[in-house]
Amino acid sequence: MRPRIQLLSPEVIGRILREAFELLMSPGVRVGSAPVVELLRSAGVEVLAGVADNDGVARIPERLVQQCLASAPRDFYLYNRQGEKAVHYGGDDVHFDPGSCCVQMLDPETLEARPSEIRDLVRIVQVTETLPQFAAQSTAVVCNDACSDACSDRRAASAIGDLYRLFVVLQHSNKPVVTGSFSAAGLPGMIDLLAADSGSPDKLRQQPRAVFDVCPSPPLNWSEFGSRNLLDLARAGVPAQIVSMPLAGGTAPVTLAGSVTQHAAEVLAGITLHQLAGPGAPVVWGGAPAIFDMRTGGAPMGAVETAMLNMACAEVGKHLGLPTHGYLVATDSKLVDAQAGAESARSAMLGALAGINMISGAGMLESLASFSVEKLVIDAESIASAYRLARGIEVRGGEVRGEKVPRETLATAMFARTGLSGEFLQLKETRALFRQEQHLPSPVIDRSARLGASERRLRASSYPSRRTGQQVSEANSFRRRAAKVSGNRRSRS
Amino acid sequence: MSDPLFGAMRQSIIDGAPDTATELAQQALANGIDPLEAVNQGFAAGIKFAGDQFGCGEMFLPDLLASAEAMKAAIKILEPEMLKRGSEREALGKIVLGTARGDIHDIGKNLVATILSASGFQIFDLGTSVTPERFVAKAKEVDADIVGVSALLTTTMAGQKAVIEALDRNGLRPRVKAIIGGAAVTAKWAAEIGADGYSRNAIDALELAKNLMGKVMNVVTSKGTAQA
Repeated sequence: MRPRIQLLSPEVIGRILREAFELLMSPGVRVGSAPVVELLRSAGVEVLAGVADNDGVARIPERLVQQCLASAPRDFYLYNRQGEKAVHYGGDDVHFDPGSCCVQMLDPETLEARPSEIRDLVRIVQVTETLPQFAAQSTAVVCNDACSDACSDRRAASAIGDLYRLFVVLQHSNKPVVTGSFSAAGLPGMIDLLAADSGSPDKLRQQPRAVFDVCPSPPLNWSEFGSRNLLDLARAGVPAQIVSMPLAGGTAPVTLAGSVTQHAAEVLAGITLHQLAGPGAPVVWGGAPAIFDMRTGGAPMGAVETAMLNMACAEVGKHLGLPTHGYLVATDSKLVDAQAGAESARSAMLGALAGINMISGAGMLESLASFSVEKLVIDAESIASAYRLARGIEVRGGEVRGEKVPRETLATAMFARTGLSGEFLQLKETRALFRQEQHLPSPVIDRSARLGASERRLRASSYPSRRTGQQVSEANSFRRRAAKVSGNRRSRS
Repeated sequence: MSDPLFGAMRQSIIDGAPDTATELAQQALANGIDPLEAVNQGFAAGIKFAGDQFGCGEMFLPDLLASAEAMKAAIKILEPEMLKRGSEREALGKIVLGTARGDIHDIGKNLVATILSASGFQIFDLGTSVTPERFVAKAKEVDADIVGVSALLTTTMAGQKAVIEALDRNGLRPRVKAIIGGAAVTAKWAAEIGADGYSRNAIDALELAKNLMGKVMNVVTSKGTAQA
């Protein structure tokens, strides 16, 4: 039996959807681009004139939304560079990817946040590539040094920045990519780049390697670039992940159920735009909902209510039979500390138990404002534990690693061999099954006995090969220590 | 001399496959390979690899035990021939092992016994809840090089101290080295009770025992020199 957590009763899900459909009619949805207004009008949607020339308020009838829900695929795959299926969006399959688009990096040397740079993105991608817990890469940080000199125009800088981030990830990775564009103009270039990576636009459509986050602005607003991204993605057949982010109490109703309702309305509107432009194009019921912190005015990503919102939003998406996404495994702490560990591990577990198809956010600190590679490595351990929990307790047996293990009994067959000797460690069953029963953590997790200072030094020098590529921070601090030691040696001699 | 069989022997130990190890040992004898060579260049290389892999976290306790079992299976086949040829594998040393008085937890002690024995030490395992007197008597009887006392509980750790005191009283030290181990044992405790060493796991225990054997030899040599 696979353990699951559900927060919403079928009755409440019904009420959420009924009210979401009501919201799409009144007050309606703000749409901010001329092509989108045109598309909606041609589908018979009433669009009231807005404040500017090219925007308006659309009243989207349930009938049209239902028609678009019917054409949206129930599942799809992302492919890796080798063209193999690597991520299954659908059912209760759970995947994780690092958080995306941080603008700052936690410097492991100074423990201060500084603007993120190209070298940081490369490092994040390289570390993510080695961590099996991450099924996909993400365009994790903005490269503030990518085009600061060349581009004086901010919008052009943004478009090139989006493209460049994706380029760096494709350059250093074989995994699928969760990405996105901060501008309408930037997206076509990114799709061209992916088509070049795949071989052709058709190949990209058949075996997409990337999914694009597309965000409405709360409440109920599909801005110019967000809605145009949806249209471009639908027409290219490249998966779109609708990341609605209501802030309960700030930009959305304070009640969790009310915010889930707003989230549903925003995503339903997005799916409608998307499917009108490209019926059958892959689209994800995604989100980054959070509560609004009443002390700081921030969005506490580590709050348990934030996790609950993500779980509940995904439940609504699952009820509609759509692939799902959420934003978890992040923290509000500024450092890779106890708070970071507690908040990130907790939400990783909850997300896995909710069966969310893609969970973004690992590595992120400071309510998504900064990124830490060291945290990414530790989060990978939390994710591994979450996966273990989500597998539940199984009755084992059959042919395992070349050993026949009886499935008929849970314990009595093993006791028949050990008697009262207690010698379970020697049993063939133990060796055959312990890897399935237990998650074997990386050395990031310390379960060893307490060491004296001299033993710690000895240990650090005994196993240099374990560190490379695996624990970046440990390697760094090791190098620092080694430099200090060799300095001492020099000064002594 | 290198024989393709040696590689297979090494692998059978790494795989923890006693049946394969047995077959390879029999094949070695049939091919007229010196059994001592088979151990040193084949099987023992596997145990060393397994130990290294365990030390850096790539192999786990059940794997290590399986490797030791495979080693025992191979030795069992080769031993009679080694005796016949008079090329008996020279024991690295003689070690008396047991858990401290009042302590019945022996997983760690058994593991140490298995690894040390598979690596060439001669082990005299006294079992669980062993009195200091029995440790002393056995050490005298077999002319032990090392006495190892295991204790899981903080309450039975005092038994380790009692064994060391008994070895001292009977004049066995410093020739006989005393080592301790167990979940709660620390370097500090080892120093406090005057142990010659402690280790945190079976693989480190092997290193410790080998290092101490070096010291045993030194004591013997220096005694020899003094007498001469």
